Amino acid sequence: MPAKHAVAEPFAVKDCALMAIATGKRAQTLREMRDCLASIDAASIYYHFWGGLLRPKFVDPEYNNDFAAWARHALHDSPLAERLGVIDPTAYDDLEALRAELLEVVETRLDDSAHVPWAKADQQFSFVRSQIVVFDTARRIERPEALSEHLPQLSLGSVFYHFIDARHRNPERYDDFRRWLERHGDEHAGLWRDLAAVDYYFVPLSALRAQLAELFGRYFALKVVA
Amino acid sequence: MRNLLDAYAEVAGPDAIDQLRQLAAPLRGKKIVHVNSTRTGGGVAEILNRLVPLMQELGLDTSWEQIAGGDEFYRCTKGFHNGLQGQSVSIGESLQRAYEEANARHAEAHRESLEAADVVFVHDPQPALLLRHCPRRRGKWVWRCHIDISRPHRPVWKYLRPIVDEYDGSIFSLAAFAQPLSHPMYLVPPSIDPLSEKNVPLERAEVEAVAGQYGLDPERPTMLQVSRFDRFKDPVGVIEAYRLVKAFVPSVQLVLAGGSATDDPEGDAVLAEVRAAAADDPDIHLLVLPADAHRTINALQRAADIVLQKSVREGFGLTVTEALWKGKPVIGGDTGGIRLQVVDHHTGFLVSTPEGAALRIRFMLHNRAKMEEMGAKAREFVRENFLLTRHLREYLALIVALISGNGERIVLN
Repeated sequence: MPAKHAVAEPFAVKDCALMAIATGKRAQTLREMRDCLASIDAASIYYHFWGGLLRPKFVDPEYNNDFAAWARHALHDSPLAERLGVIDPTAYDDLEALRAELLEVVETRLDDSAHVPWAKADQQFSFVRSQIVVFDTARRIERPEALSEHLPQLSLGSVFYHFIDARHRNPERYDDFRRWLERHGDEHAGLWRDLAAVDYYFVPLSALRAQLAELFGRYFALKVVA
Repeated sequence: MRNLLDAYAEVAGPDAIDQLRQLAAPLRGKKIVHVNSTRTGGGVAEILNRLVPLMQELGLDTSWEQIAGGDEFYRCTKGFHNGLQGQSVSIGESLQRAYEEANARHAEAHRESLEAADVVFVHDPQPALLLRHCPRRRGKWVWRCHIDISRPHRPVWKYLRPIVDEYDGSIFSLAAFAQPLSHPMYLVPPSIDPLSEKNVPLERAEVEAVAGQYGLDPERPTMLQVSRFDRFKDPVGVIEAYRLVKAFVPSVQLVLAGGSATDDPEGDAVLAEVRAAAADDPDIHLLVLPADAHRTINALQRAADIVLQKSVREGFGLTVTEALWKGKPVIGGDTGGIRLQVVDHHTGFLVSTPEGAALRIRFMLHNRAKMEEMGAKAREFVRENFLLTRHLREYLALIVALISGNGERIVLN
């Protein structure tokens, strides 16, 4: 962890709304999917991996990204769906690396296929990109101990913004909670490590919020006892 | 007196309302105008009836106008509606002229407010031409398309496309509904109002009284479809499904409850087809309800065992959302926005034929515990995704985005 800052600013709780914008690009065959993936705006890849957390979607989806769901439900290609579904976007340095992995899986499948898998006209994949509107909740949290009390009440948009979206906008590539803890020096190094270990991709935001609240609560309860 | 926002906080949660206030803060005083073609009947009017006062309460200077016309205007716009949804239609020059004249008249009467607005939301094709009559508009204009135009009848789209392409943005319910346009195409699913007469909780006595009023036997299973008498809703297919079920479950009864909308001139013709299909079966109840029979529809949905929305084309399908909110799993046509709401084996079943519908109806009637489990999931699914508060939040975010520019990230200070 970096050196302690002279004075840690209060944690400013932000919230966000994720707007979905149709790109007008569609794929009906796996080859069209490959071509679109190669050229589509990176914001669209972001949306199809992360947007599901903030848009209407059943809480217990079969697949965590839209590409895998399309392969299963429109192409009826289960092996491809499984290979796409297991891609964890958190394992890639940036969206271009993630795009490269998607292309690799799709092109491998095209190479292996005797014919090009295709979907019905009304089951085409529609590429969507995201636009984020960030707004200030006016809530300020002075100390990390207090954050554990506020976490259960944070909106899902706030959880998304501070814990997930942060990794794409912060130069250190990690969440806002850890960035803030660093400003308190090594005092909360244990909590910092616990946060770093959270596997956040395969859980809905409500479960992630509960997990974070539990983690903060347990950490500070043990600290009081110690 | 308790305000509207506090009332919604009780259903959607206080955080949802806080979000609305925070997003609306920088928009206070902005002039917002909605324009559609009817104040009653249909999902668009229902949403605007509550969305507009909520926007006002949040401090946005919001108004709502309706374009009106004669018989030829409505025949033309119904033709547009059917054509945009893929039906082959022929719209004559005189109908087209009536459309253009109605838009010109409305613009003449309302030009000042339209041109002064910060954002104008024009709903569906009926008022779409207003934009061309407001050359000195200072705000952003958005075309809100509530229907599925993924495979339009080309001559209709050829006429409308250049008109809507001139807007600053458009809104579709699903990405699959959109057509390529040269401006940002936002995706905003619609919603239901949990506090409206159509969705508020009802006492059991009231539900039973309404069922009794229409001759329904509470001891027998009831199938229900609520929708306009419109071929895209496939009411005749519902009757076929009912007959297939009846062979195995003789006690089943069917209710087809159709509202009427002032901008739908084809309703009578379709109703006649449905009457012919129903013949003289005493267990088929065709109810032609007035546009304001919201509480009656609420009671019928609560009284039903099985709710269907067996559409063959559908914009979003708010009647599906309403039924899910009442804890009823839905058997829906595998099309449009129904796919977004009906999750097979979780919130209902998607079907493509009367036979498929009949199979699922029989499954549900024989698995009441499963039906209840699915119903509970369905209600929570709607609470999290399809209530009016979420819809309003997306409109506010969209207004912010329109005013602030088209960057990937907009940060409000």
